[in-house]
Amino acid sequence: MSDSQETTSNPSLYEQLGGEAAVNAAVDIFYRKVLGDYRINRFFDNSDMEKQAAKQKAFLTMAFGGPNNYSGKDMRNAHAHLVKMGLNASHFDIVMEHLGATLAELNVPQELIAQAAAIAESTRNDVLGK
Amino acid sequence: MRSITIGESTFSCQPDETVLETLLRENIKVPNGCRQGLCQACQMRSLDNSPPVSAQVGLKDTLQKQNYFLACICHPEQDMTVALPNQQGASINAVVIKKQLLTPDMVQLVLQYQTPFTFFAGQFVNLKRSDGLTRSYSIANIPTHENILEFHIRRLPNGQFSNWVYDELELGAQLAISEAQGSCHYLPGREQQPLMLIGTGSGLAPLYGIIADALAQEHSGPIHLFHGSRDLNGLYFIDEMRELADKFDNFHYTPCLSGEDTDSDHVRGRAHDVALSSTETLNGWRVFLCGHPEMINQSKKMAFMKGASMSDIYTDAFHVAQVKKKFSRAAD
Repeated sequence: MSDSQETTSNPSLYEQLGGEAAVNAAVDIFYRKVLGDYRINRFFDNSDMEKQAAKQKAFLTMAFGGPNNYSGKDMRNAHAHLVKMGLNASHFDIVMEHLGATLAELNVPQELIAQAAAIAESTRNDVLGK
Repeated sequence: MRSITIGESTFSCQPDETVLETLLRENIKVPNGCRQGLCQACQMRSLDNSPPVSAQVGLKDTLQKQNYFLACICHPEQDMTVALPNQQGASINAVVIKKQLLTPDMVQLVLQYQTPFTFFAGQFVNLKRSDGLTRSYSIANIPTHENILEFHIRRLPNGQFSNWVYDELELGAQLAISEAQGSCHYLPGREQQPLMLIGTGSGLAPLYGIIADALAQEHSGPIHLFHGSRDLNGLYFIDEMRELADKFDNFHYTPCLSGEDTDSDHVRGRAHDVALSSTETLNGWRVFLCGHPEMINQSKKMAFMKGASMSDIYTDAFHVAQVKKKFSRAAD
């Protein structure tokens, strides 16, 4: 964990969600949903599933408000090849659905799900190269 | 201040610096990505001391055991000697003490070493001939006081190395062996967990070692082995496996044949299809997959979708060497 983060009196979203343990609990569920969805799994089908899972973990950490170093430019670069493959807003929406469903499955309260969704939503334009 | 040694060079790790920052500052090329301990691009290995536990977060347990760590989140607690995953340490010599045909296509090769050598059954080593020709083979036995390494080598039609082993390699001959590599091996703990092992062809070699290891460490959960081949020539150790199944109540063995014209009492079908349809769920299971790369890709995904956690799936893909290209092995 980065210790350079500002400390505030209120627990952060990441802390409220349960930190890294929560990400670990979520990553298999989320990745299984994404891989099992024929509408989007071609964007996630990679022979190196470990690397894919690590990416999903990075994504969830970010959406959970956890420590991350990703800039908008990184997001653009990382998804540019997928945009070429046809990645569009409808696919982004589906991933957002799976994020919400994963958190719901883990009994995360609705207001925290909404906060995580808002963070993920903020990457939309960069991910889609808009 | 801690020092970081890599290869022949030693650098000082400044206070607050990570191993990655120190090495990049000194212009050592280390692959990296998120710099937050997430993407695992900067995996390295500590060659002397155990790395800080905090720098091993998220790595496969077998890699943690082998002192792998993430350089981007590693603040050294002591001096460290480190290497990149593909950096080879010194090799040692071993002598051929046994060579025996298992089937017309498969030979069992046993080497003995004198120099101290550490490994886990199921890992692989590079075997190097005196002229430099090198191939990777999996270790089929657990460490014993006899200091031996057992390999199962399949003769490939144009395989330079395998044909040489078959036709020319003699008892008493010397081979150089690399350090043991790979993360597909058994670790004690969670001994009641069900194990699923699927192998094709000589993929039985690492699985045989992993099973021996699990049984020696008194794994009490069910252990299911599915060994597949196209034809009977690719199935071997059938009697040995059946004896093992007789001896251990929790070990179950299913040989599978996928070829068209097989006339035998073995189960028909591809080993991974048979294996994965044998159970409703793999939730909570530990899964080992060894052999054909395509089989592994498919099975890995199927096992994951069937409920196995990504961290509980261990694989070793056997890539056949291309002409003039050295045998490469997925080291994951």
